[in-house]
Amino acid sequence: MGLSGLEIYKLLPKTNCKECGFPTCLAFAMQIAAKKVSLDKCPHVSEEAKKKLESASRPPINLVTIGSGDEKLEIGNETVMFRHEETFYHPAGIGFLVDDDMPQAEIDKKISSIEALRFERVGQRIEVNLIALNNKSRNKDNFLSALEKITEKSKLNLVLMSDSVETLKAAISVAKEKKPLLHGANKENLDPMVSLAKESSSALCISSSSLEDLSALAEKAASGGINDLVLDPGVKSLREMIESLTYIRRMALRKSYRPFGYPTIAFTRQSDPFEEAGEAASLIAKYAGIVILRNTETWQALAVLTCRQNIYTDPQKPLQVEPQIYEIGSVTGESPVLVTTNFSLTYYTVESEVEAGKVPSYIISVDSEGMSVLTAWAAEKFTAEKIASALKESGIENKVKHKEVIIPGYVSVMSGKLQEESGWSVKVGPREASGIPAFLKGMKK
Amino acid sequence: MALELLKERWSNAVNTVTIGATKEEGGTRTSIVKAGGETCLPFMLNEGGMPHKPVLAMEIFDIAPQDWPDILKEPFKDVYEDPAKWAKRCVDEHKAELLCLRLQGTHSDFGNRSADETAKVVKSVLDAVGVPLIILGTGDEEKDNIVLAKTSEVAKGERCLLGDATEKNYKTLTASCLADGHNIIGESPIDINIAKQVNILISDMGLGSERIVINPTIGALGYGMEYAYSIMERARLAALNGDKMLSMPFICFIGQEAWRAKEAKGPESEHREWGPESKRGPMWEFITAVSMLQAGADILIMRHPKALEETRKYINNLLGA
Repeated sequence: MGLSGLEIYKLLPKTNCKECGFPTCLAFAMQIAAKKVSLDKCPHVSEEAKKKLESASRPPINLVTIGSGDEKLEIGNETVMFRHEETFYHPAGIGFLVDDDMPQAEIDKKISSIEALRFERVGQRIEVNLIALNNKSRNKDNFLSALEKITEKSKLNLVLMSDSVETLKAAISVAKEKKPLLHGANKENLDPMVSLAKESSSALCISSSSLEDLSALAEKAASGGINDLVLDPGVKSLREMIESLTYIRRMALRKSYRPFGYPTIAFTRQSDPFEEAGEAASLIAKYAGIVILRNTETWQALAVLTCRQNIYTDPQKPLQVEPQIYEIGSVTGESPVLVTTNFSLTYYTVESEVEAGKVPSYIISVDSEGMSVLTAWAAEKFTAEKIASALKESGIENKVKHKEVIIPGYVSVMSGKLQEESGWSVKVGPREASGIPAFLKGMKK
Repeated sequence: MALELLKERWSNAVNTVTIGATKEEGGTRTSIVKAGGETCLPFMLNEGGMPHKPVLAMEIFDIAPQDWPDILKEPFKDVYEDPAKWAKRCVDEHKAELLCLRLQGTHSDFGNRSADETAKVVKSVLDAVGVPLIILGTGDEEKDNIVLAKTSEVAKGERCLLGDATEKNYKTLTASCLADGHNIIGESPIDINIAKQVNILISDMGLGSERIVINPTIGALGYGMEYAYSIMERARLAALNGDKMLSMPFICFIGQEAWRAKEAKGPESEHREWGPESKRGPMWEFITAVSMLQAGADILIMRHPKALEETRKYINNLLGA
């Protein structure tokens, strides 16, 4: 939360000494507020003022990076409690747990099944981000050999889980490049863990099932010089988990409460894939920065990853599909041609209904700047001219032998104009996509 | 220093809608359900209460389902030709506490069954089970107005939930609900302003706001779920902050939407990387339900028994069995 120029001015010496290069302290303050100059330019500013300004210029929830390179995971830096207020910015990391007490072959199998959890849907890749290696054996060598397997077989980001400082120290010396998240610190081992995280410049997780303790630990870790903290509100029931995650986010955003100004990590508790997916979906919706699961069933992960994709879709920038021809089913030169907008929800709704109708068809998505049919029509982004030019430019004329286009029922008024503009005969389709299957079947008769 | 959590204090509660009427109340139901009544955001029980657990209804049709994938038909294949038997299966075996009867057969595409014929079907379902009913038309305004009016009469006094009323077509259904003592579903196209408008229009005709349920028209997981999610969050926040014309419980057609998604019904033979649809389908419906519950859903219309069971477990896990 930035301070205004006037608020900054109050923290300055107000001597107008000009040593900063500006004529007055107020002018300097204005420039700081606009983020055009740094406070360092003032040689006389007090330590207290520095501290205040620093904390005011930090985001209410720190951004924490785990891993490096293209697959690195950035979490935190969220600004709202509810998607509609803005958006949720940094999609929750989804990770899977590997216990180091499993036989080697099982660990191998687990890694491959985790690696397989990558899908493509609505034109986006949705995939797993992390492996959380758990030192369940409490044995250092087990942990290190499992870690070796993982780094050999997978490029996924890492959460290294052990409460032994020594084990994590050994692990980090091997896996430093991967910039893992250390999990981590608790009431008993905070100081040495903080030192380890500092030495290895790793992000550090702190755990406590009491929010009070969690905030005290976070404060201590921060004063030890660590900014890359991740909060783990511990093992508790899903309801308590939702509550904890909500309070952490709310206190950080609404109270600028520093000890909670970090992203969170949450672990599922249930072993059944359904129950676990239900937990994971809830944790994603309710503010977890990372969710770690156990089951690696594809049908479970697909649902969980899709849930994250939905929750983290920016409501201000609707998803769009490429404006082009889409072929649904085994189309021929006789197949019907439908037009709709390029708003992805609209397009995919139409697509799934066309599929359901089982009549192979072409759908042309017209560039309507990601608006739905009625909105686009009202905003003149889905007009007779636009559709006519899409018909021309898409190349559909080379694909079908007929010249009949089906338009959404809601824009039936444009029929005459479109016919005129395009030379295609216009058939008015149903208003709602749900009417498409019956409509297409009716055409066949 | 003790950590003082920032707790919300809401000024208003979501309305409680009662569906079903027992003998004492002038109906013939053996059980009733209450939905809504929240005084907090979903599951934030230390800031308020959820006096009534979200209600799970199973969806049945007056004709054999037309577009259901096999995996969804399987549990009902021996009963779905007969709505009364189908209803009984849902209640006896799957412990549905509420049923949602969709009068699909009245649509011109699906047999164009008359209002009188349909009334008999409705009666047979009412006779077969003791749980309360939600009864839906097909969205064909003209036909719905005839069929639902008749249905409403036949079910007079049973305090059903009838739907859907829309901004353009609410008068006939509202009049029926007023005359026959039913509740009403007001539908709006993922639009909070229209949702409110529909509620105002219905209330203005004299139907009490505690007899209205909002259908925000959800999307399935992966197919616009997030739009409904945010519309519902917005509406619920408005309700808790005192907006009486948005203080109605939400009804969400989970099964209907989820089973349109290819991720739910697409066969494994075509989508090997997704795994078996026998698990994937119910999972898709379940996670759609979970998402909507987290946004404030009060009545969830489910289709697959496994999804129903998992959602019930989920709710019990959060709110206690």
